[in-house]
Amino acid sequence: MSDTTLTATSLLPGYRKLVRTRILILIALAVGVLAAFLLDLMVGPSSLSPADALRGIFQPDTLSPPVRVIIWNVRLPYALMALLVGSSLSLAGAEMQTILNNPLASPFTLGLSGAASLGAAMAIVLGIGIPGVSQNWVISANAFAFCFASAILLQALTKLRGTGPETLVLFGIALVFTFHALVSLIQFVASEEALQQLVFWSMGSLARANWPKLGILALIVFCVTPFSFASSWKMTALRLGEDRARSFGVNVPRLRFLSLLRISLLAATTVAFTGTIAFVGLVGPHIARLLLGEDHRFFLPGSALAGALVMSLASVASKSILPGVLIPVGIVTSLIGVPAFLALILTKRERG
Amino acid sequence: MRDRVEDAFHVGQLAVGYGRRTIIRDLSLPTLVPGEVTALVGPNGAGKSTLLRAMAGLIRSTGSLRLGAQDLRKLSLSEHASRVTYMPQTLPQRVALTAIETVIAALKASPAGGRAGAGSQIHAVACATLSRLGIEHLAMEALDQLSGGQRQMVSLAQALVREPQVLLLDEPTSALDLRYQHLVMKLVRDLARERGIVAVVVLHDLNLAAGWADRIAMLSRGELAAFGTPAEAINAAHLAAVYGVSARVEQCSRGSLQVMVDGPA
Repeated sequence: MSDTTLTATSLLPGYRKLVRTRILILIALAVGVLAAFLLDLMVGPSSLSPADALRGIFQPDTLSPPVRVIIWNVRLPYALMALLVGSSLSLAGAEMQTILNNPLASPFTLGLSGAASLGAAMAIVLGIGIPGVSQNWVISANAFAFCFASAILLQALTKLRGTGPETLVLFGIALVFTFHALVSLIQFVASEEALQQLVFWSMGSLARANWPKLGILALIVFCVTPFSFASSWKMTALRLGEDRARSFGVNVPRLRFLSLLRISLLAATTVAFTGTIAFVGLVGPHIARLLLGEDHRFFLPGSALAGALVMSLASVASKSILPGVLIPVGIVTSLIGVPAFLALILTKRERG
Repeated sequence: MRDRVEDAFHVGQLAVGYGRRTIIRDLSLPTLVPGEVTALVGPNGAGKSTLLRAMAGLIRSTGSLRLGAQDLRKLSLSEHASRVTYMPQTLPQRVALTAIETVIAALKASPAGGRAGAGSQIHAVACATLSRLGIEHLAMEALDQLSGGQRQMVSLAQALVREPQVLLLDEPTSALDLRYQHLVMKLVRDLARERGIVAVVVLHDLNLAAGWADRIAMLSRGELAAFGTPAEAINAAHLAAVYGVSARVEQCSRGSLQVMVDGPA
C-alpha cells in the first residue's frame, strides 16, 4: 500500500496545478469583463476618457453635470445591464446544455423566448395585461409571466411522460411552434403602429435599461447564482450520463426540475426587460467549456463571466458600428456571434 | 473484513417490468456474502442489466432487497447508492473532463455516506484509486482522448472510489484487451476479499467467469436458470438449455474449468 500512497501523492500536484490554472483563467475572464465594462462606459456619441469614466463612478461630484448625467442616466445602466444580461443568459444556457445533454441548447431552446414574445405581443397589440400592473411595466410583466408559465407547463408535461432530455426537447419544440404561430396570429391582426413596436421589442435591446429594472435583474441573478453553483458537483456528475449520475446517488429528475426553475427565472426576467437576445446563451458556455472544461465549479462561473464579456463587447459594437445610431444589441450578438461561434467550432474540430 | 452474515446481500422475489412487459419475474438469489464475487451470466435479453439496475435501486421493482438487516427499499437513492454502487455499461461521451475530475465528481456528487471529507483527502483517495487500477498515468488526460478500454477503466475507478459494500458491475470487461480483462477480474476479486465487498459482475465470457468468480448466477428469460460454483452452474446441459449451444465443459491440466463451444445446438 505504501507504493500506492507514494504514486498517489505524486499525482496530486498535477491536479492542484490544473485547479490553479482554472482559477487564474476565471480571474483573467473577470479582468476582461471589467475592461470591457469600462470600454462600454467610454464609448458612445460623446466619448469619455477612461479617467472620466472611472471618476464618474467613484467621484461623480467632480465632473460637469452633463457628463454626470450621461454616465449615470445612460452609460452606467446600459453597461450594467449588458453585464447582467450576459451573465444571466449565459449561466442559464450552461445549465440548459448540461440538463439537456446538448451543446446546442440555449436558454431559449424550449420555447421560453417564444412565450415571452407572446406575452409581450398580447400587451402591445391587444392591451391584455396582468391587472394592477402599471403601464410602464405591463410588457415586461406579461413577458415574464408567459415565459415562466411556459416553463411550469413544460415541467407539468414531463411529469406525465418522464423527465428525460428527449421528452423535454420534444415538448419544448412543440411549445416553440405553438407560441410562434400565436405571435404570428396576433401580428396579423395588429395595427401598423403596434406591429412596429412589437417587432422592435422582439429585437432585443439594452436601451430599455433603467435603475429599477437593473435592481430586479440583479436581485434575481444574485439569488439564483448561489443555488446554481451549489449544484455544480451534481451537474458535473450528470455530464457523465444520467444512469451514472444516479448511480452516484444524484436525484436526476429533481436536479433537472430545480435547474429548469433557475433557467426560467433567469431567462424570463432577462427577456422581459430586454427582449430576445440570441447567441449569448449559446456562445458563453462554449467559450467557458473550451477554456475551463466541464467541472461545473469552474464551468458555471466561467460561463457567466464569458457571457458578460461577450455582451459588453456587443454593447460596445452596437454603439460603434454606425456612429450616432444604437443598433439593437440582439442583432449585433447574432451578427458577431455567428462567425465567432463558427470559428470556435472549427478550431475545436482541428484539435479533436 | 466485514461480518459475513451482517453484511450479506439478499434478493428475494424480485420482479421488474417496463409498462406491461415483465422483464424479471419472482427472482430470488441465494444470499450473496461479503468477500465473494458472483458472475451474472446469460444470453442477450435475459435481464442481467435489469436485475443489476433493480439491485442498485435505479429502477422500480417489487420484492425484497436487503443488506444485512437493512431494508434497502427504505433508503433514499443517495443512501442506497452510498452502500450499493452500480457501474453502468455505457461510457460517457463528448465530455470535457479529465479522468481524475470524473473520479472526484463520483465522490462529491452525493454527500451521503460521510464522504464529504476535506478536499485534499478526497483528491488523495481519488488518486489512490487510479493507482490501484494502474491507470494513474491517465489521471490528467481528457476523457474524450481515451480509448474505449481506458474509459472503461476510469469508469471502474468512479465506482471503486465510492468504497461500496456492494459493487455491481455491468460488463466491466467488454472493451478491454486480454490482459486488462484478467487484471480487472483479479482486482475485483482481491478488493472483494480485502474489504469484504459483495461483488456482482455481469460477464459474457464464461471462461473469464469460471476463472475468477466464486459463484455463477445464470439467467434465462428473467429467471434464475442455475446458481452455484462454476463447476455446478456451468455444464453442458445448462449451456444447451440457456444459450442453445452444444458445448463441452472440461477441466484443463491445471484444474480450471474450460468451456468449449462446438456450435449452435
